[in-house]
Amino acid sequence: MPSEFPIPLPALPLPDAVPLSWYLILSAILFSLGVAGFLFRRNIITVFMSIELMLNAVNLSFVAFAYQLKSVDGHIFSFFVMVIAAAEAAVGLAIILTVFRNKQTLEIDEVSSLRL
Amino acid sequence: MDAMLFLTFAAIAVACAINLVLQTHPIASALSLVGVMGSLAVLYLLLGGEFIAAVQLIVYAGAIMVLFLFVIMLLNAAAEKKVKKPALKGVVAVPLVLTFLVLVAYLIQAQAPRGTGVKFGEFTGGGALDIGRSLFSTYILPFEVTSIVILIAILGAVVLARKEI
Repeated sequence: MPSEFPIPLPALPLPDAVPLSWYLILSAILFSLGVAGFLFRRNIITVFMSIELMLNAVNLSFVAFAYQLKSVDGHIFSFFVMVIAAAEAAVGLAIILTVFRNKQTLEIDEVSSLRL
Repeated sequence: MDAMLFLTFAAIAVACAINLVLQTHPIASALSLVGVMGSLAVLYLLLGGEFIAAVQLIVYAGAIMVLFLFVIMLLNAAAEKKVKKPALKGVVAVPLVLTFLVLVAYLIQAQAPRGTGVKFGEFTGGGALDIGRSLFSTYILPFEVTSIVILIAILGAVVLARKEI
């Protein structure tokens, strides 16, 4: 509690325990920002990083639910998400390297050879 | 104390995520993502996930982001060029994303369990011992399948990074 904290803290109307919904809403905000980055950025690497941001947001809600259910299963799920994200990053960055070697660009709008 | 720690690191995470979306240079975006991952690791610690917090720092903020930075510097990626044409997706996507966010926040407020809230130290089942015990008993089959996935990812990365493609 703040009593043994060296600096006297201001008396803010903060709850003693953080409600679970705060964690879930933070997760939703981060996920929405990831979606926005995915849609608006045109650099292929930044788009890829937005996907990682979305994966992180989902991990946060997994860990929050694991706390609520007092169960370790949510932690296992987010562990597997991290493993798959590592594999995805390796393959995705190899694809980005190949695209750059063939097209000499990282702009996502210029890589449109599949467009009819 | 818990609420103050949560608000501080949640604010850092959201600020870094906004910076990730707004920056045009990929290196600035990558460093913002490292900030998001670091503050999320603190939030995992608050939720009792010691092992996940450590893995988040080592694997995500360490290994994966170094891979990203390596590729950005290898390709000598520059800032995005400004485009003149007004994008239709800006008109359509912003209201859609905002609607999604408001809807999800409303549902969470309406449906989230009204428990005692999250207090640091209430749940201690997220250490390496518990994770390992669960991983090697209940989740042994997904664990083994994951090793095959990683093997395929290694093969894919080697094949894709060859010169001839």
